[in-house]
Amino acid sequence: MYTILQKERLNPTVSKMVVSAPKVAKKAKAGQFIILRVHENGERIPLTIADYDREQGTITIIYQIVGRTTMLLDQLTVGEAILDFVGPLGKPSEIEGLHKVCVIGGGVGCAIAYPTAKALYENGAEVTVITGFRNKDLVILQDEFQKVCKDLHLVSDDGSTGKQGLVTNVLEELIQNGEQFDEVIAIGPLVMMKFVCQLTKKYEIKTVVSMNPIMIDGTGMCGGCRLSVGGKTCFACVDGPDFDGHAVDFDEAISRSSSYRNEEQHAREATCNLLNKEA
Amino acid sequence: MANMANEKVKMPVQDGIVRSGNFDEVALGYDEAMAVEEATRCLNCVNRPCVSGCPVKVKIPDFIAEVAKGDFKKAYEVIHETSSLPAVCGRVCPQETQCEQKCVRGIKGESVAIGRLERFVADWYRKNCKDALPKPQSNGHKVAIVGSGPAGLTCAGDLAKLGYHVSVFEALHVAGGVLMYGIPEFRLPKEIVQHEIEGLKQQGVEIECNTVIGRSESIDELFEEGYEAVFIGSGAGLPNFMNLPGENLKGVYSANEFLTRCNLMKAYQEGVDTPIQRPEKAVIVGGGNVAMDAARCAKRLGVKEVSIVYRRSMEELPARKEEVEHAMEEGIQFCLLRNPVRVLGNEEGWVKGVECVEMELGEPDESGRRRPVEKENSNFVIEADCMIMAIGTSPNPLIRSTTEGLDTNRKGCLITDESGKTTREGVFAGGDAVTGAATVILAMGAGKTAAKAIDEYIQNK
Repeated sequence: MYTILQKERLNPTVSKMVVSAPKVAKKAKAGQFIILRVHENGERIPLTIADYDREQGTITIIYQIVGRTTMLLDQLTVGEAILDFVGPLGKPSEIEGLHKVCVIGGGVGCAIAYPTAKALYENGAEVTVITGFRNKDLVILQDEFQKVCKDLHLVSDDGSTGKQGLVTNVLEELIQNGEQFDEVIAIGPLVMMKFVCQLTKKYEIKTVVSMNPIMIDGTGMCGGCRLSVGGKTCFACVDGPDFDGHAVDFDEAISRSSSYRNEEQHAREATCNLLNKEA
Repeated sequence: MANMANEKVKMPVQDGIVRSGNFDEVALGYDEAMAVEEATRCLNCVNRPCVSGCPVKVKIPDFIAEVAKGDFKKAYEVIHETSSLPAVCGRVCPQETQCEQKCVRGIKGESVAIGRLERFVADWYRKNCKDALPKPQSNGHKVAIVGSGPAGLTCAGDLAKLGYHVSVFEALHVAGGVLMYGIPEFRLPKEIVQHEIEGLKQQGVEIECNTVIGRSESIDELFEEGYEAVFIGSGAGLPNFMNLPGENLKGVYSANEFLTRCNLMKAYQEGVDTPIQRPEKAVIVGGGNVAMDAARCAKRLGVKEVSIVYRRSMEELPARKEEVEHAMEEGIQFCLLRNPVRVLGNEEGWVKGVECVEMELGEPDESGRRRPVEKENSNFVIEADCMIMAIGTSPNPLIRSTTEGLDTNRKGCLITDESGKTTREGVFAGGDAVTGAATVILAMGAGKTAAKAIDEYIQNK
């Protein structure tokens, strides 16, 4: 039983859950993900492991309420259980040998960026973090990031919190001010990662991105999560989710991510109606 | 005196047009009278050639003799002695190239309908006998099985019968492997698969789902936990693609993805959350059973035109004849001696057509089949908004990349001897993980052989 031990709303659309999953916790590493299913007729969705506690046997997940499954997940309360919860899946992030790293999190991508920043920090690296959000209401994990980095930069699209601008503005400023990063790790919306990669390519800084495509099994079986990396087809679930950002075909990934947009919208509306009725 | 009718008793089936609109089982099964009548066609020959054609060595003439007598329960017990999954085998085994191919009655007419009889017996037992078979006495030894597909379940069943404490680890949320995610409901109802698995549980087999060996736990850790041997039956899960331009367009799927959405996740049903595309025109690439399954699922999802594109001719089509016939009856089109070269997309990134070339057959290649050769300047386009690649699968690298001492061949298949022993002590393997994509019954045969080898290994330790 994957019992929910804690649940916290981080912003109006993002929640955090601490789930009892001792076997997953025993093996989890930064960069890996789990797949969960909420009910018997539910779909399987991948979520990145935001944190883990091997002793307590818990996994922390942070999810944005975007569609039917995350809405249903968000209906569950402390003490209730998630039906299926499998992991850790994917390859852990490679953090060895990195001394000076810039970790960039965009929106709910911060949930994935945080464990990576933490792992780097615990491994002795000097970590700079840039987080970007649409507005002040959506900001998450600032206290957590603060504890695992040298510098924390916050930007928002509308300037309602932190500096107004994009994560790429801050990154370029840092680079121009002479910061020399071994690597940039960017995790967030596909468009953000694409532009970070364009920028770092210009400055020839190795950049790793974490891809989160549509997935069913998460073990290499369905091929739904495939993407082109350096002209080769890779499966995000077994070859990733981390990839060399300069080799990823982002336009293709952006296109593929919309494969079920109509169906998803339908399901979301139906679920909204259902939940409203129940409320 | 045997019933000397030259033809099998006909199998009642759902009408082709009707069934192409539903996911209910195609073949409806014999009733008791039909089964008894068919059973009397068996000559009960002394040298039992049929048994030699069965990878799990079901005592075919013995069970058929019980059917002829009307003792269906006894017939089931005879099958169950050697086969853990009779209701599955009776449905999906290629009997025509195995037991039935060896049947003496096949020389002058049609062979005895062994598969149909096996299915009848298993179905009869499921409906009429609710009592669990007695649980074997424990011998105190623990064996771990990786993967709950046909190889793993058979190995588990055989070891459990010998008194082993067997734990099966399954990556997905439900046990059954390809029987659940791959083979469609209309060929193998999932309720039947689960019933067979319940039977194994009653025999003491433990199944732990949501456990990915290689990630959740390693093979080494299984040994540390006290398992004395490990059987790897993790299948050949990784779908192959052709690396065609446009293959990553929206609307292009591996057969695994399409079938998993449809079968495992039940996307064809109302009230189920997993989405599936419902295209107008689908092209399925490949000629095996998986291609037939994908095509027939697409038809049932309401796709108006479903075409199978295969690079050789009808004669070389690797799918079972029965499946091909069923597909044709359901209105699936066969574009033979054709091969895709490019996938065409629209401005939104969706497939709009598949560019193909015509092929002709040249000299035989290493597989013994005539090698298809492209005809120059024969390119043409099939309009389609969905393309499904059913051109085979490769073994999943997860276990070999996380386990020391397991040798694989260049295709990534685990290397074993004929008893299923891998290059690492105490580790056995069988099924698609060893052979690459093959059939359910061959995987079951391998699971059975390995169970015997595991028993010998542990008893001689």
